[in-house]
Amino acid sequence: MNAQLIHELTVLALAVFVGFEVISKVPTMLHTPLMSGTNAIHGIVIVGAILVAGVGGSGIATILGLIAVAFGAINVVGGFVVTDRMLQMFRRKDER
Amino acid sequence: MNRSEAIQLIDLLAIIAFVVGLKRLSNPATARSGNTIAAAGMLAAIAATLADESVVSYGGIAVAIFVGGAIGLVSARAVKMTAMPQMVALFNGVGGGGAALIALAEYHRLVPEPGRAALAETIAIALSLVIGAISFSGSLVAFAKLQELIGGRPLTYPGQKAVNGLIAVAVVVLAASISFSDGESRLVAAGALALLLGVLFVLPIGGADMPVVISLLNSFTGIAAAASGFVLHNDLLIVSGSLVGASGTLLTRMMGQAMNRPLTNVLFGAFGTGGGGPAATGPGASGGSVRSLGAGDAAVLLAYANRVVIVPGYGLAVAQAQHVARELADLLEARRIDVRYAIHPVAGRMPGHMNVLLAEADVPYPQLYEMERINPEFARTDVVLVVGANDVTNPAARTSPESPIYGMPILEVDRAKQVIVLKRSLGTGFAGVDNALYYEPNCSMLFGDAKASLNALVAAVGAL
Repeated sequence: MNAQLIHELTVLALAVFVGFEVISKVPTMLHTPLMSGTNAIHGIVIVGAILVAGVGGSGIATILGLIAVAFGAINVVGGFVVTDRMLQMFRRKDER
Repeated sequence: MNRSEAIQLIDLLAIIAFVVGLKRLSNPATARSGNTIAAAGMLAAIAATLADESVVSYGGIAVAIFVGGAIGLVSARAVKMTAMPQMVALFNGVGGGGAALIALAEYHRLVPEPGRAALAETIAIALSLVIGAISFSGSLVAFAKLQELIGGRPLTYPGQKAVNGLIAVAVVVLAASISFSDGESRLVAAGALALLLGVLFVLPIGGADMPVVISLLNSFTGIAAAASGFVLHNDLLIVSGSLVGASGTLLTRMMGQAMNRPLTNVLFGAFGTGGGGPAATGPGASGGSVRSLGAGDAAVLLAYANRVVIVPGYGLAVAQAQHVARELADLLEARRIDVRYAIHPVAGRMPGHMNVLLAEADVPYPQLYEMERINPEFARTDVVLVVGANDVTNPAARTSPESPIYGMPILEVDRAKQVIVLKRSLGTGFAGVDNALYYEPNCSMLFGDAKASLNALVAAVGAL
């Protein structure tokens, strides 16, 4: 087992704990927007897709990478915009 | 500081933005800014990645980002608030598909160079591909169910669990085999079987449970993204993916608890398949009959009440009646009546969905009461107006152990002095169970389309 893998596993373990802690108390009214928000964040696969597609060439790997970039872009843009649309509606009475 | 260090620093800022964003998303007052912060982090991360030294070919990427971004933007803007859950399912699905494609592409690059694909990498590739593919096809089925392209009813057949189990074993064996010897065709076969598994896994689950499934698939995509981080040795992917995987798993559990449906029941229970076996025996037992009343009588009851609680359900959303409901509430408030909205945790189609719909109609959220807060208040409520909600008001959940919904937390509207139910007919809800509430002596039915009935009530109250 190499040092890089150990580093990556450390990062993984810590991030999992943060993920559990950060949303420990959420009112039911926010479940849907929160699901939608986390949904947008896993659009981060676009970063991986760019790294795969960016190497270039006309091979099958690049084509798959480019499709992944488009998928990631749908996930990111759609996810954040739809979450914002939901949340802009939560206003207090005096903010109308 | 060289370029790669600068990129890593920006990635760190993006991670901080995601964590802060998630934290702020957990509170109604800060939620919107939380989403904006997370989006800004994402933008920074994408920009930094484009500057990476290994990225040399930009044309295709620009086109892909433009096309994908435009599709995402247009569909997110155009979607109706009632169709939100299936939209989230679609966005989730393409994310999972992205992770699966990254795994395939990376494997294709690694295979020709013997010795390059280390064990940890092949395991990560297999996980990213299989989990991503399940999330992709499962989300598409969830979308099709909620969009009513295919029946929302659970689809079951004999030996279903055995078949799914066999496919799952085949996927694991095929995916694991690439750790021992290179075999691109076996990896592709594993991916194809994983797609099939995603379909078969979601098909038997009923429409009412779909939100929990979408939430679960959401955390799947997170896990797939984290796995692709191990493939590409990218900490940003590992952290963001596992953040979503962990918080998504917790959120799925919270949703299941809110619906009193443990995850194992959702996944293996196939709720409501009986097609109304218990429904036939339900109502007669209480022996009562159903009373109906007209809009005029209902308006009088409402106008002379001190406290009115409105219970909105999915029927209200389908009829797009949330704006008329607010009009009625405004009229009643002008008469100095205390008006509240009782929100069952699963009102609408997923937890929090009804809050979004009411917020769209400008109902201030302090007027929305969650189940635990409003239930003690019903005994002091004069009139409860149930609009298009059904199973969540069924007292059988409290009183009748043989009912399929027994034990589900409900809004105890039957404790109010008077209950008026706006409903098209006496049909059953998602659970396919007759509602004992309608036979209670303090309950009256105002039959008709929810929106038309509310309009009639607005007119009648206004005329008083």
